[in-house]
Amino acid sequence: MSKRDVPALGPTHELSLPGTAERKLAGGLTVIAIRRPSVPLVELRLRIPFARADLPGTSLLTQTLFSGTHTLSTVDIAAELQSVGGALGAGADPDRLLVSGNALVDGLPRLLAVLADVLGDATYPADEVGTERDRLVDRIQVAQSQPAHLARVALLKRVYVDHPYAVQTPAAEDVKEVTPEQLLALHAERVHPNGAILVLVGDIAPDAAIDAVEAALGSWHGAAPQIELPPAPSLVPGPLRLVDRPGSVQSSLRLALPGVPRTHPDHAALQLANLIFGGYFSSRWVENIREDKGYTYGPHSLIEHSIAGTILVVSAEVATEVTGPALLETWYELGRLANLPPRQDELDQARQYALGTLQLGSSTQAGLAGLTSTYAGYGLRLDYLAEHAHRLARTTLDEVAAAAAKYLAPARGVTVVLGDAEKIEGPLTGLSTVERSTPA
Amino acid sequence: MTIPATTYPVERFTLANGLRVVLAPDRSAPVIGVAVVYDVGIRSEPEGRTGFAHLFEHLMFQGSENLEKLAHFRYVQGSGGTFNGSTHLDYTDYFETLPANALERTLFLEADRMRGPRLTPENLRNQVDVVKEEIRVNVLNRPYGGFPWLKLPPVMFDTFPNAHDGYGSFVDLESATVPDAQSFFEKYYASGNAVLAISGDIDVAEATRLVERHFGDVPTRPAPARPDFDEPDLTAERREAYTDRLAPLPAVASAWRVPNPIDDFAAYLPYVVLAEVLTDGDASRLVRRLVQRDRTATSIGGYLGFMGEPFETRDPTALLLQAHLPPGGDVDKVLRTIDEEAEKIAQEGLESGELDRTIARMATHLLRDTDAVLGRALRMAVLEQQRGNAALINDLPRLLGEVTEDQIVAAAATLRPNRRATVEVKINGGTE
Repeated sequence: MSKRDVPALGPTHELSLPGTAERKLAGGLTVIAIRRPSVPLVELRLRIPFARADLPGTSLLTQTLFSGTHTLSTVDIAAELQSVGGALGAGADPDRLLVSGNALVDGLPRLLAVLADVLGDATYPADEVGTERDRLVDRIQVAQSQPAHLARVALLKRVYVDHPYAVQTPAAEDVKEVTPEQLLALHAERVHPNGAILVLVGDIAPDAAIDAVEAALGSWHGAAPQIELPPAPSLVPGPLRLVDRPGSVQSSLRLALPGVPRTHPDHAALQLANLIFGGYFSSRWVENIREDKGYTYGPHSLIEHSIAGTILVVSAEVATEVTGPALLETWYELGRLANLPPRQDELDQARQYALGTLQLGSSTQAGLAGLTSTYAGYGLRLDYLAEHAHRLARTTLDEVAAAAAKYLAPARGVTVVLGDAEKIEGPLTGLSTVERSTPA
Repeated sequence: MTIPATTYPVERFTLANGLRVVLAPDRSAPVIGVAVVYDVGIRSEPEGRTGFAHLFEHLMFQGSENLEKLAHFRYVQGSGGTFNGSTHLDYTDYFETLPANALERTLFLEADRMRGPRLTPENLRNQVDVVKEEIRVNVLNRPYGGFPWLKLPPVMFDTFPNAHDGYGSFVDLESATVPDAQSFFEKYYASGNAVLAISGDIDVAEATRLVERHFGDVPTRPAPARPDFDEPDLTAERREAYTDRLAPLPAVASAWRVPNPIDDFAAYLPYVVLAEVLTDGDASRLVRRLVQRDRTATSIGGYLGFMGEPFETRDPTALLLQAHLPPGGDVDKVLRTIDEEAEKIAQEGLESGELDRTIARMATHLLRDTDAVLGRALRMAVLEQQRGNAALINDLPRLLGEVTEDQIVAAAATLRPNRRATVEVKINGGTE
C-alpha cells in the first residue's frame, strides 16, 4: 500500500474585520455597532462596571432585573421580547454586570425599548424577588454538590485570599437576607450609563443602529461611582491544598500559575507557551495524560483575564486511583517546558491554532459580540484582534521559551486538589507537603 | 412579525461509491465547517456491548491508513481548526471547523479514516480508560448525571436498542475487543452509509473536485439495512424512581411518545412547538404556573428527543418535560399540574399572540444555530442522511410558522397520564 501525503494548506487569508461604528452618548454610554449580516438577527451585550458591588445582592439582581417595571410585569417583559424572537438575561462577575440577548433583527427597536424600560424603571416586585431568591438558594445548593464548582471555589480562595475575586458565589444564607429595597438601592447606585458599554452585532447598519440606541436609551441617566479594584495579589506558592470530598470517584486537579494581561509584551508568547503545554488537545500534557495514560477525559489549561489581574489555570478531573501520577505528569510537563525550549514545529502548530481561533471566533454574530464586549471592558477595540494576530505571527522560539520559564514553572504556582482525601492524601503527600481544608 | 429565513445555496451529489455529499457555499467569512455523519448510533450497538457506538467513535480518532495516532488532532489544530465527534441515538458525527485554506487537508483526514481506522489493542485499552473518565465526569461524579437522557429510556421502552444505557456499563466497555471494532466498522462505516457536508468559504467546482479526489477511491460498501426500532405506544402510565446520592434536591422527568419525525414530519412539528409553548421563557405556560405562581418547581424544561435535538431524531422518540423541585418538593403535585396545563390548552386553546411569539423565538434559535459554519454543516448532513433533504435547513423557520393553533391544541390533548413514562430523582435520606 503506497503511503499518501497529507495535503499542504492553501494560502492564508488575512483576518478581515467587519464595518464598525462607535459613539459615546450624552449620558456616558459607549455604543459600538458592528455589521455582520450573516443571519437576520442582532446580538446585544451591555457591560456595566460592577466592581465591589455587594455579592449576594448582585447575584439576586441578575435574576430579578427583568422581573417587572411600573408598566410591565415579568410575563409582559418576556412576552414582549419573545414576540420579536428575543430574550435578555443578566449575569455578573466581580468586574461587571453583563446583560446579553438577541432578537430577530427587525425587532431591534422593541428589544431596546424593553431594555430601556428595565434599566430606568426596574421595580423588583416583592413577590417575584421572593420566588427568585428561593430559586437562587436552590441553585447554590446544587452547585455545592458539583465537584467542578467546589474545586473552583477552593482555587479562587487559595489564589486571591482576601481580594474581591476570592469569593464569587454568595452563601445561600446571605442571599436569603436580600430584600427588594436592597435591590432597588443597588440598582439606583450602580446601574447607570457612565462607564457602560453597549455592543450590537448583526444584520444592521451600524450608524442607524446607534441612532436607535440613542432614541431608546437617551433617557437612561445618572452617574455610578467609578470604582477600581486593587491589583490582584501575586501568587504565593505553598503546600498543596487538599479539599476532602468523601466518596468522590474522581479528583479535581487545579493549578494556578501567573499570567499577564492582553496588552503585556509577554502576552502572545505566554499564550503560545500555554498552548504547547496544555492549552489545546495537541499539547504535551493532553497527549500525555489522556492519549498515552488514559488518566482523564477533558483536561484543559486556560489563561483567565480579569481587570485586576490574570492567572493561568490548569484543570483536570482524574480517576481517584491515579491522582498522584496525574499530578506528577502535570508538574513534569510544566517543569519540562519551563526548563527546556520547545521545538520549532511545536511552536508553528500552536501559532497556527491561535491564528485560526481568531478567524473562527470572529466569524459569527455571537462570537463577534462576545469578543467586542469583552475587549471593550479592557479599553480595547476589535482592531486588537488584527494587532494580536501580527504579534502571534512574529513571536520567536526564544520568546516562548522565556515566557515558559517565567510563568509556567510549577514552583511559581499553587495547587488545589478536591477528592476523596482518605484515598489520595497518601500519594499526594509523597509529592508535596499537603494542607487539608474542608469545602466552603 | 414576519419569520425570516436563510437562503443558503445547497449542492448535492452522490459519488460512485455511494457517499452522499452536500456543499453549502457562503463566502462571507474565510472559514469552513466539515461534517461526516454515519448512519449508526446508540440504538444499533449489539447486546452485551452497551456504549460501543460511543467507544468506537473514540477509536476513529486513533489513527488511520496514512495517519499515526495523534496525527489527526495535530493536523486539524495545526491548520488553525478544532475537531470533535459525538454519538447520538441514530447517528455518529465527526466534524471540523477551520480556516478555509485547510479544506483539502481536512477532506484527506476524513477520507483516510473512512477507508479504515487503525484498530489496535493498545488504542482500545487507552480509549476505554478515557471513556470511563468521561462517564465519571458526566454521570458518576456529579448530581443528576445522565438525568434524564440515560434514566428515562429504560422506563419508556422495552427493547434493547431503545432502552439500554448508551454510555455503557464498565463491564461491557472492558469486554470490547478489536474484532468487535473491526466488524462494527465493516458493517456501519460504509461509504453508502455516510454523508459528507461542507459549508462556508468554498468554491463549489473546486470543492467537488477535491471531494472526488479524496473520497472517490473509498471502497464501495452499501448501507446496512436499518432495523425498524418502533415500539407500541404506552397504554398505562409507567413510573420509576431512583436515589441520586449526590443530588441535593428532587427532580422529575416525563416523556410522551410523538409522531414519527421522519415519516410524518407535519404531524411531528406541532409537538416541537408545543414543548416551547410550555417551557420557553418566563412567559411560557409551565414556567408561569410551576415556577412563578405555585413555586412547586425551581426550573422546568421541555424538548423533543432524548438528546434534545428535534430535527436530528428518528422514531421512536418523545416529548420530554423535566423539572427540578425545591426542598421537600412534591413530584405528584408537579405531574398533576402539568396534566392540568396540558388539559387547559386542549380545552381552551392558546392566548392571543402566544403561538406567534413562541415561533418567533424558535426562529431566532434556528438561525443562531446555523450562523456558525459548523452548526450549519452538521444540521445539513443529518437532514440529508435522515430525510434526503439538506435544503430543509432553509425551510425550517417557515415550516414552524405554518403550525396552527388547532394542531397545538390537538398535540396538547395527547399528553395524558396513561401515555406517560416518568422517572423521579430521590435525594439521599429522602423519606418517601
